[in-house]
This record gives sequence, structure tokens and C-alpha cells, in this order.
Amino acid sequence: MFIINCPYCGEREQSEFKAGGEAHIVRPKQPTELSDDQWAEYLFMRKNIKGVQFERWVHVHGCRKWFNVVRDTSNDMIKAVYKMGEKPPSI
Amino acid sequence: MKNNYSLFSLLKNAFSYHENWEKAWKDPEPKKEYDAVIVGGGGHGLATSYYLAKKHNMKNIAVVEKGWIGGGNTGRNTTIIRSNYLWDASAGLYDHALKIWEGLSQELNYNVMFSQRGVMNLAHNLQDVRDLKRRTHANRLNGIDAVYLNTEQVKKFCPIINTSPDIRYPVLGGTLQRRAGTARHDAVAWGYARAADEMGVDIIQNCEVKGIKRNGDSVEGIETTKGFIKTKKIGVVTAGHSSVIANMAGLKLPLESKPLQALVSEPVKPIIDTVVMSNAVHAYVSQSDKGELVIGAGTDDYVSYSQKGSHDIIEGTLNAILELYPIFSRMKMLRQWGGIVDICPDASPIISKTSIKGLYFNCGWGTGGFKATPGSGDLFAHTIANDEPHKLNAAFNINRFVSGDLVDEHGAAAVAH
Amino acid sequence: MTKNLRVKTSKLIDETYKISFKFNGKTYYGYKGDTLASALLANDVHLVGRSFKYHRPRGIMTAGSEEPNAIVQLHNNTSRTEPNVRATEIEIYEGLIASSQNCWPSVNFDIGGINNFLSPLLPAGFYYKTFMWPSSFWKKYEYFIRKSAGLGKSPTKPDPDIYEHKYMHCDVLVIGAGISGIMAAKAAAKNGFKTLLLEEKSYLGGSTIYQNSEHFKINNQISSSWLEKEINEIKKIKNLEIKIRTSVAAFHGYNFLLARENLTDHLPLDQRKNKTRQKLLKIRAKKVITATGSLERPLIFDNNDRPGILLSSAINKYANLFGVACGEKIILFTNNDSAYETAINLNQKGVKVAAIIDNREEVDSKLIKDTEKNNMKVYKGYTIVDTSGYRRINSISIMQLSKDGQKVIGTKKTIVCDCLGISGGWTPAVHLFTQSGGKLKFRDEDQVFIPNIYPSDQISIGACNGDFTLNEILSTINNKLKEFLNIKETDYKNLDVQSSYNKSKRNIWLLPSDKAIGKTKSFVDYQNDATAKDIKLALREGFRSIEHVKRYTTTGMGTDQGKLGNMHALGIISETSDSKMGELGTTTFRPPYTPLTFGTIVGRNVGEYFDIFRKTPIHDWHIKNKAEFENVGQWKRAWFYPKDGENMYDAVQRESKAARDSAGILDASTLGKIDIQGTDASEFLNRVYTNAWSKLAVGKCRYGLMLNEDGMVYDDGVTTRLDENHYIMTTTTGGAATVLGKLEDYLQTEWPELDVYLTSVTDHYATVSVCGPNSKKIVSQVIPDLDFSDENFPHMSFKNAKIGKIKCRVMRISFTGEHSYEINIQANYGKSVWEKCMEAGKEFNITPYGTETMHLLRAEKGFIIVGQDTDATMTPIDLQMDWIVSKKKYDFIGKRSLYRSDTIKEDRKQLVGLLTENPDEVLEEGAQIVADIKKSPVEMLGHVTSSYYSPNLKKSIALGVVRGGKNMLGQKLIIPMENKQINVTVADPVFLDKENKRLNA
Repeated sequence: MFIINCPYCGEREQSEFKAGGEAHIVRPKQPTELSDDQWAEYLFMRKNIKGVQFERWVHVHGCRKWFNVVRDTSNDMIKAVYKMGEKPPSI
Repeated sequence: MKNNYSLFSLLKNAFSYHENWEKAWKDPEPKKEYDAVIVGGGGHGLATSYYLAKKHNMKNIAVVEKGWIGGGNTGRNTTIIRSNYLWDASAGLYDHALKIWEGLSQELNYNVMFSQRGVMNLAHNLQDVRDLKRRTHANRLNGIDAVYLNTEQVKKFCPIINTSPDIRYPVLGGTLQRRAGTARHDAVAWGYARAADEMGVDIIQNCEVKGIKRNGDSVEGIETTKGFIKTKKIGVVTAGHSSVIANMAGLKLPLESKPLQALVSEPVKPIIDTVVMSNAVHAYVSQSDKGELVIGAGTDDYVSYSQKGSHDIIEGTLNAILELYPIFSRMKMLRQWGGIVDICPDASPIISKTSIKGLYFNCGWGTGGFKATPGSGDLFAHTIANDEPHKLNAAFNINRFVSGDLVDEHGAAAVAH
Repeated sequence: MTKNLRVKTSKLIDETYKISFKFNGKTYYGYKGDTLASALLANDVHLVGRSFKYHRPRGIMTAGSEEPNAIVQLHNNTSRTEPNVRATEIEIYEGLIASSQNCWPSVNFDIGGINNFLSPLLPAGFYYKTFMWPSSFWKKYEYFIRKSAGLGKSPTKPDPDIYEHKYMHCDVLVIGAGISGIMAAKAAAKNGFKTLLLEEKSYLGGSTIYQNSEHFKINNQISSSWLEKEINEIKKIKNLEIKIRTSVAAFHGYNFLLARENLTDHLPLDQRKNKTRQKLLKIRAKKVITATGSLERPLIFDNNDRPGILLSSAINKYANLFGVACGEKIILFTNNDSAYETAINLNQKGVKVAAIIDNREEVDSKLIKDTEKNNMKVYKGYTIVDTSGYRRINSISIMQLSKDGQKVIGTKKTIVCDCLGISGGWTPAVHLFTQSGGKLKFRDEDQVFIPNIYPSDQISIGACNGDFTLNEILSTINNKLKEFLNIKETDYKNLDVQSSYNKSKRNIWLLPSDKAIGKTKSFVDYQNDATAKDIKLALREGFRSIEHVKRYTTTGMGTDQGKLGNMHALGIISETSDSKMGELGTTTFRPPYTPLTFGTIVGRNVGEYFDIFRKTPIHDWHIKNKAEFENVGQWKRAWFYPKDGENMYDAVQRESKAARDSAGILDASTLGKIDIQGTDASEFLNRVYTNAWSKLAVGKCRYGLMLNEDGMVYDDGVTTRLDENHYIMTTTTGGAATVLGKLEDYLQTEWPELDVYLTSVTDHYATVSVCGPNSKKIVSQVIPDLDFSDENFPHMSFKNAKIGKIKCRVMRISFTGEHSYEINIQANYGKSVWEKCMEAGKEFNITPYGTETMHLLRAEKGFIIVGQDTDATMTPIDLQMDWIVSKKKYDFIGKRSLYRSDTIKEDRKQLVGLLTENPDEVLEEGAQIVADIKKSPVEMLGHVTSSYYSPNLKKSIALGVVRGGKNMLGQKLIIPMENKQINVTVADPVFLDKENKRLNA
């Protein structure tokens, strides 16, 4: 089980967090103008990367803040964390 | 013709101290070109190659496997086989598979130990009861054997379950599919491999796909660690790694790959003679022929290819096991492991053509793909050979995520385990 | 069998403390400090079990947790019974009862032993090749296979013991308290690190603690004496915590480890009451030092499995630590110097060593010279080719090895013995290291895998790192610890070490025999009866990968998980297939290191603590009034309140009627409540609900439907505008937590620009709902200061009020279709308000009703229950709730999905009412609905979602979803049950008071 460095609370056990999938998938501002294909791309299609992935986590049993994590999904090692809205680190 | 396996051949070989058995499958180097290449040497991939050769007369084909055959989810799952699914499309798919299971040992001349010991699904609250009754009615009308059991009948069928009404998740009832059961996972991969090899299929292990070569909208072949292999048809059956291969072809799939864990206890004499599943508390238990309790846990909620999951998941599962089977408290966990399962948003698989000509995907089986192995192989072979789906897998196309016509098994409470 | 094989001056045994125990029904005696194995050996009992497949007699093989053979059932047929306990690990206590497993009628005469004679028919994987005909017979074959498989017996009674979890945090965790671990722990602790030292055994010091020989000295003291002083020193260090009988089970990523601390298994049963049996330690360590030592390898030759054959190191340990001679005429067989250490120790203790067989031809070390000086015969360049003795070894046959070690030459010689010690060199215990994700490398010179790449802040030291000799350990440890702990100095600079051990070794994985391999039984995996020829058969049949061979032959799949045999399996594969060991790789070592009790993993999360119920503030009242309860999500909710002898049906009929005729009262406290504040609160609701919220006036309530982004109904509830920028949202009971989570997600990640604050207040309020034509009269008595006139307080509005001095919120909303009020008050006043309502309602026969009546009443009115009338495939349009989907709003969660090619189809499943032809016939919820029963296959149009007998309408009513149902009003359909068909008519889902007269009455 990981230790996640919550940007608001510091290092905590993984069991305090919940994962929220791939990060930086922005909800379309004008969904009604998208084709079915484009909407499906937003709703369902995922990179599902093996390797360094940018993803969302929430400190659900803590401050309840969402933030971003950079993690290597091939070995689960976390490379960085950063707040929502912050620029992703270059990794 | 290979050695036929039988009691007689065992006897015969006993006299020569078993030194004359032939290879169950060869270990060829890849040819330059095949009519079709199946990527992934798990049960589904090997079955696909077998049915391509057997039913569609495609014999110049290969299965390429990154590691050793049957080493992925085939060799890591808890081997539950059932077909009591809610939706017509799922019921059709899984019962097609179940019917093949029923004669598979004989067909492959390999004992896959398909054991029809019945699978019970438990209801723990009133909505569970409604959902399971709904499923039982649907099963009956779809010609699938399924009965609803009340608490006493559950207890009678599996006396070690704690059916006290005062526990946190009391057993309010359950369903039973008697034709359902388990099989020996390794034997399924090995049996299909041996039978496919017999028909001329090249099974190439330690051969990792590194790239998919395209010419415009069609595939031309695959780059592998054993060189380039030319082919016009590529069937990808790589489970947890489906997205990795899709990315090579520039495709995105509606999948997330997550850790799924399982464990076995030390072997003991027979104590539970059926398979009991409880979706509400995530506890699935059966006992292998060797005597180990085989226990399936749930998935973690994050993407991972590490083949490891959180201890919390194991703990949660055993909490539930001891709730339902307090007598197992002094039993010991012998071995625990993880696999990578690729999960679709609707918890149903994809057996489908793609937007790239000659590229086919069979993926998204989530936590319950083993049971479908023969059916999945048969239908995927049909899809590859004819470049169009069989009517039984038509609903499992990729396009359903665009149209919204999902086959929502988990939404309908019948969690697809 | 009454021999006493005790030798004096042992380390662990207290001969003044005698203990009696039973094994297979016979009483024996041992001493405090004995394991079951050492006590049995002292009584000259070697035969303790039968093997898994061939039921061959087996004895004690090792002195530790790697034991494959000596596994027993404790306290059979009692609630404390435990299968598969290693006799080498369990410490004896007064009253211990153990028995052999997997044999019938007894371990001495076991019917299953016939399998040994059938063994030519039972090669590896035989079951894949047969039992296929006739096809229906597998079930019958399987019955017998299952009966003969398995080892011990599962308990059949609940466990009387308790288990606990403990979280531990430390700077440095040291695993294993052998000489390396002791030194590491001392260095770490003395340098100020918070240190935790864990030891699997009941004593500290590993194998050095009984190394009493002039051949091994540290700073001119005998090694064991030197170590003893170190141990005494570390026991005094404050920031060092030492735990014995504590076995590390798993080493996960991020230095998260699990260990099992055994607290009572060594105590007599009567001393275990109310004590925690085992603790699961959940450890987070900043740094981990693994010092788990090594395991001695057996040697693989024909019939190497007889009772009386032990590891040479085990014989040494039994003699020195437990004061037990494993035989009176012992032979040792070795490929390295370790066996000579055993020989010298046995000789010192007066135990006869009949011979030493050494497969090396040229050997020369002080140890060997000393052995020969003491008149022990050494056969150099020889190997054992066979052994004899059915229940106990009685002789061995040896032959000379060829120069290349590939075959045997010369004549066979037989030597009599009653015990054989074998030593194939040492395997580093790298299990935990690899579990943590570490990568190994292969060291060719002595054929061992050793740690190479560390995945976390950890180090392996001592024998588990391949440093087997005292010299190697002590000459490197100082620098290793300095570097790893980043400290200036340890106490272990310039230690003076003397060791007579020579590292030379002749590694032959499978020793040659004068027989064809097919005629031999050279065991690689003892417990599972996997032999060298099985491995060769697997390779012959094309199984190449070590994982394939393991699975095909079951090597390494026993309760010892291949601790003894896996390396030999690899070696034999390597030799047979001519591939390099380093390239073959190892099998994966999966956790746990040793089997871990389920109860320990679960800890206190059993029974009432498993998943704790939530109860409303009014719960006690429901109990007192004999409510039956329904579990909804985490909550216990009152289901119905049976009155003297009523069954559920009668109770619900009575409650439902009373609610409509006069007054009913419901505890609605479990509904989720989310407080929403901020200047953008209205905009936020616009985005999360399908309908519009901006124009809702302060003081008004509105029903809202929430969708998932895929357009499917997700949750519903009434939200009230308390103030301009303040709402309170209610959710379903089961959905509260996930709805809050989802709202927070959108707010923080998609719409951070919105000024909105969300707070869960579910637990803060109790909700008492009073409904029925007399509800106003009742509630107005409870809250006399409030103006209940329809003008002031119309349906779908809210008022702040007070009951006494206590503030409350009153909503006039209804889920039953009756005139109805919900009083929300600070939770701890909930019961009192409930009782006030009951009191005020007495004259109106106010009737408490539970969830079942609530469901019935709302069904009469055609209100849906999300999760019962919907699954995750229903859109609001499917529910015929088009009215709630705003056409004007630009966007809301799920809106786009309502216009996909499938969701706009006209013939989707849609919610309808169903009326049975026979008004007394109540449909089964979950039953399927068809139009044409004769069609094959039958086309299922939908199913019954809710169904009741309505006492108010005096007929059966049901809701269901039907394909194209929207346009089927009045049409006849069929419900096909198992033994009959029920005719129904599609109806409007609103069965009662379509005009909402009762609501506004």
C-alpha cells in the first residue's frame, strides 16, 4: 500500500484516499455541440497507461480535497503530487 | 498424430517409465508471414487459435505470447464458471461458453476438470433478493438453469454458511446454477495449446509485441522481440495489457486496468463442495480438488500493471469470509497474488472489429473472463475469420460506447464475477 | 519407543520442567523449550506423517518453518483445532494433543500407501491425461480425488480466540535476530533510530547462538558466547523494541510490512482465555534491514525422503539447542563443509557418526581434519544412490562419483544407520526481498540467487545476502551498516574472526544413480511428492518455463511453498534443458512467507465489529416497539411494526391503511442530507440536477433527479431553499456518501470558479415524517407557534420553527401522496420529538410505519425508488419523467448522454403501471414481462420492479419497466412464472389520486 503525500495534509496511508482515474480530462464546456463519438471519447475512452500516468486522487478520509498524482503504473511508485489547477510537472 | 491421452496410454507409458511422451506443443520460431496472428497466449487467445484452425480452416496462424502460455489471468483466476447472467446478450454469450465447457475435456483430449458443483449467489438485503429473483426469472426464460433458494435451502446446499439472521449481512436467499462450477485453469491453456498445435498453429512463447505496422487503415504485421511478422489479421487478446497494444495501433479503448487479488488457504479435506459468491460483501469461495480454499477478492480502484494490490482488499475479503464462515477463522492463508484486469465501464467485454481493418480486440473481461474462455475463443475466431461478428457477440462491439447501448451487468446488480 | 535420546548441555531446554503431551493417542514427555518435533525425536519418534500423493511415510526433516513433512493436526474435533501445523514450530505445552494427517487408519498403517505402488501410473500431471471417460463420470472420479487430497481437517466450530491488529512505525525495522540482525539492530538503535527487531523463533541469536565450537571465534571468544553478550546488551537499549515469535509475513511496496506476533500458541489451553492469540502488526518502516538467514538445501537422490532423513543443520540444531540426538548411528551426506560442523558437535556430545559421505573428492579444511582425527570415516567423492527402511531409514547405499559428477562408478556399498543428515549447501532466504519488488542475481560460484536491485530503502545482510560464513558477515557488516544508516561508526570495526569453514562446494542438483531415472524416486518437493523424474517428464512434454514446470508437477505448491525444493527444480531444469540458471529466473515468491491465520488478518473486524451499523436517534424506540428491521446501505431502518402475532403482510396492510385514513409516522433520519451554501449555490444545483433551480423561491422545496454523466438516473431527493444562498439537499439513504463525493469532485475539479460549500449533515438531524389526513392536527400540536394554514405553509414549502426552545426545520413534502410534514431537528432531540408526535397523534390512531409501508404508499402514488425501479440503465425519459428534464438549461450532468443514438430510441424500457387480471394476485418483484409466450426464444420486454397489495385501492398494483411501455397503455401482457402465467394490463403508474387532492387537502 502506497504512502501518498497529500498536498494539503502531508504523507498519509493509501487507505485514506480514493483514486479518480486519469487526470486532465476536462469536461467539455459545450457538450451539446459534440458528436456522439466525441462525447464517448470524453466519457469512456482512456489512455490506461502502463508507465508514468497523471491521475486524480481524493483524500476522502482526510481533507476531502482532490489533487493530482504522477505515478508509474508499472510499479506503483509515485513521482510527484500537485494541486488541482497547478501545472503538471514535467516527468 | 500425437499420443492420445487415456488410461490406456498412461498404462502403456508406465512400462517405458514415461520416457516416450511427446511434447504437448512445439516451440517453433515465428515464420515470416501468417494468415492471422493472435496476440496473447492465455486461454482466450489459445482457444481463438484452436477454433480458427478447427472451424474456419485457418491453419497458417500463430499465437504470440510475451511470457509463457497461461501465465496471465488464466493462471491467476479463481476459475468460477457460470452463465446465469441477467441480460440476453450476456446470457447468450456465457451459456454458449458453458455448453462448450460441458464437452471440452473430451473435445481437447485433455482433462480440464470441469466440475459442475454448482454456483450459489447470495442475497443479503431486500434489493439483492429482488435482483436475484429478476435474474433467475430471466435465466429461466433464456433456457439457463437457475433456481432461487430461500435461506433454509441455501443452508441445506452449503451447511457451513452462517445463516443466522442477526449477522451484519444475513443470508436472505440466493440463486443456484447447478451446471455451473469450476475448472482447472492451467489445463485449459495447455489443452487448447496442445490441440491447436496439433492442427498446425504455431505457439510462440517469449515473443513480445513491440509495435503494430499499419498501412493507412489496414494492418500489415507486428513488430516483435523475435522480429517482424507479416499478417493481415491481428486478434488481440491481452487482457490487462489490451490498452498497451491498442496504443501501439493508435487506438484508445474504454478500459481501465486494475489490480485484482486472490488467495488460497492451506489444503484441507473436503469442507465446501460448491462455489459460493457474495457480491455484496465481496467474498467468493470454493475448494480446489487439492483441498485449498480458493478465495477471490475485489479490485482496487486505481490503474496498475504491477500485479500487486492493496492489503486492505485482502483484509476486507477475509472479513467477509469470516462473517459468512466463522469456522474458517483458524485456517491459514497459504498464498496470495494479484493479476491485472481490464474493465469496461459496463462490466461487459468487447469482442469486436475496430476502426482499423484487420485489427480485432477481445478484451474488457474484467474479473470474470475465465468462464467465457471457450465461447470467447469461438466467437472471436468467427469474428476474425469472417470480418464480422457472430450474432452472439454482436452486442459486444466497441461502438456501444458511442451509441449508449451498453450491456450493463454491474448496473443491474449482477456484478460480473 | 521409550528410548530417551536426550544429550546434555543444550541451550533451550529446561530439564527441570517436564511437560506431557499426546501424539496419535499416546502420551509422551518433553521439556520446557521443546518443539513438538524435538520432543518427538527425543522419544525416538520419526514417522509423523504421510505425503500428499503417494502416502509415503515421512518424518521430521527440518527444525524450522521450511518443514514439508512433519505437519500435524492440533486438538482434533475441538474448537481450537488447527490443521497443518508444523511440528518443528509449535512449542509443546502441558496438554497438547497432536495427530498425524492424511492417513487412515493410522500413520503406521495407511491404506493410501497403496498409491506408492500405483506410482508408475501416477506421473506428474496424470490427471490431465485420464478420468475423461465416460464424460459424465468426472464428478465421480473427482469425489474420490477430493477425498484423498487435502491434508488436515478444517475446523467445524467457531473460533474461541481473539485477534488484533497493531500499527507500528519505526525508523529501522530489522527482520531476523540471528547474528547479523542483532548487530544491525544494535547499530541502528545506538545511533538514535527508533528500531524494531522481529524474530520468528522464541529465542534470539539464530544458529550462532548454539555454535559452541573452538572452530568459530569472535574476538577470541567462542562465537555463541560473544553473541550472548551482544544480546544482553541490546535488551537494555530503550529505543529498541524486540519481538520474538513474530514472523514477517509480507513485505510490500513503500516499506509496508505485515508480521504475525504469536502470543498464546505456546501456552496450555487453560491459560489462553481472554488473551489475544495473535496480533497482525502493520508496520511502516523508514528503512528495512532484512537478515532472514538462509535455508539448508537437501540433496536429491533416490529414496531421499524416508523418516530419519533430516537436514544436517537440523540434526545439529536438535543436538545443540534442544539436547536431542536424532539417532544413535548417524550418517551425514554433504557437498560442503556444513555437515562437518554437525559431525564435530555430535561427536562432542557422544552421538555416534557412522560415516560422512562427501561428494567432493578433494576437500581440505580444519573442520574435516578435525573430523577425521576423531575417527569418523569420510567417503570422499561418493554419493548415496539409495536408502532403505520403510518407516525409518535403516541403511544407505553409496557409490563413487565419476570425475564429472554425471554418473556413478565402482561397486555399491551399503552402510547401516538409523538417521541420515543431508547438506546441499545454503539458499539465501530472499523471499521477503523479492516480495518487496527486489531483483535477484545469480552467483555462479556457489549457485545461489542473491539480492541485486533494491526497490525501496532497504538492505539485506548476512546469509540472506549470500554471506554465509562468519568471516564474510563480520568483515562486511561494519561498512554496510555505516553506509545504509548513514552513521559514523558501529561497534563492529576490526572484529577478529576465526573460522575453520571452507567455502568449497560441489553442487550437483540431481545426483546420479545406478538406476535409470524412470525407476527412481528422488524427491524435490517432499510434501507434494514431486520427483526429479516428474520435472524431467514436464520438460520432455514441452513445459519449459519454471512456472509451467512448477504448475505441471506441483513443485513448490505445498504448505512450505517450495522453501526446500524450488532451487533444485530450477537446477534440474537448467541441467536438463541446458539453459543457464540466471536466465531461467525464479518462480515468484508470493506472500505470506509462512501461512497466515485468517483470524489474524481479520483481527477484531468480526461479528458486531465487522461493518458497524448506523442507527438513527430514534432506534431505541423502534426496538422497544418491536420493529423488524431492514438493512439499507449502512443503516438499520425500521421495516414494519408487527402487533401481537401479525405477520409482515398484515402489519404492512394495517400501517398503510392507517396512514391514508388518519395518520402515520416514519423515521426518515437516514436520508442523506447535504448542506449547500454560497453565492453560486443555485447555479451549482442547476448543473447537478436535471431541472432548473434559479427561480425556486426562498422557503420552497423542489424534487430533483440527478444523473450520471452517462445519462442514467443516479439519485433523487427533495432540496429546499433555506435562504438566498443556502440549500439543504436530501439524497437516498444508500446514496448519501457517493452523492456528496460526486458533488465535491465536480465542484473542485470542473467548476472551481463556483462559490459553493458542501457539508454532510446527515447525522446532525433527526427527521420525523408525519403523514395522513390528520397530520396537520398532530404536527400543529407539537409546534403550536407555527401557522399551518395552507396559505402560509403550502405543499412543497418549509418553515423555521421551534419546539420548546429547540430550533427545527419543518418541510411540507410528501413521499406518500398524503398531506405530510417532515420535522428536522438536532439529532439528540429526535426521539423526544418522535414521542411528542406519538403523544399528540394518539387520538388520531397515529401509526408508526416502516420502510415497507413507505414503499407501498409511494407505489400507490407512482413515485419511484432509485435502485428499485431503476437500475443503471434508466434515463428520466425512460421513467416517463420528461417533465423534470429542463429543455432550457444549456447543460447539466448527463444531459449530453440523453441524446445519443441509443438513448433517444422510442422503444427503450419505460416505467409503467401493471394491473393483474385477478386483483388479488400480487406479482413477484423481479418477475419478467413478455407479450408472446409462444415465441422462441421468449422475448423479455422488461420486469416487475415494485409490487404490492394495496389496502387503499383494494387491489394488487405493480410498477415495472417494459420495452416501449409508454405507448402500451391498456395493452395485455404476460408474466410467465415457473408454473403459471399471470395476465396483466399496462396502466398509468399513478394508481391513486392523480389530481394530488390528498397532498393539498
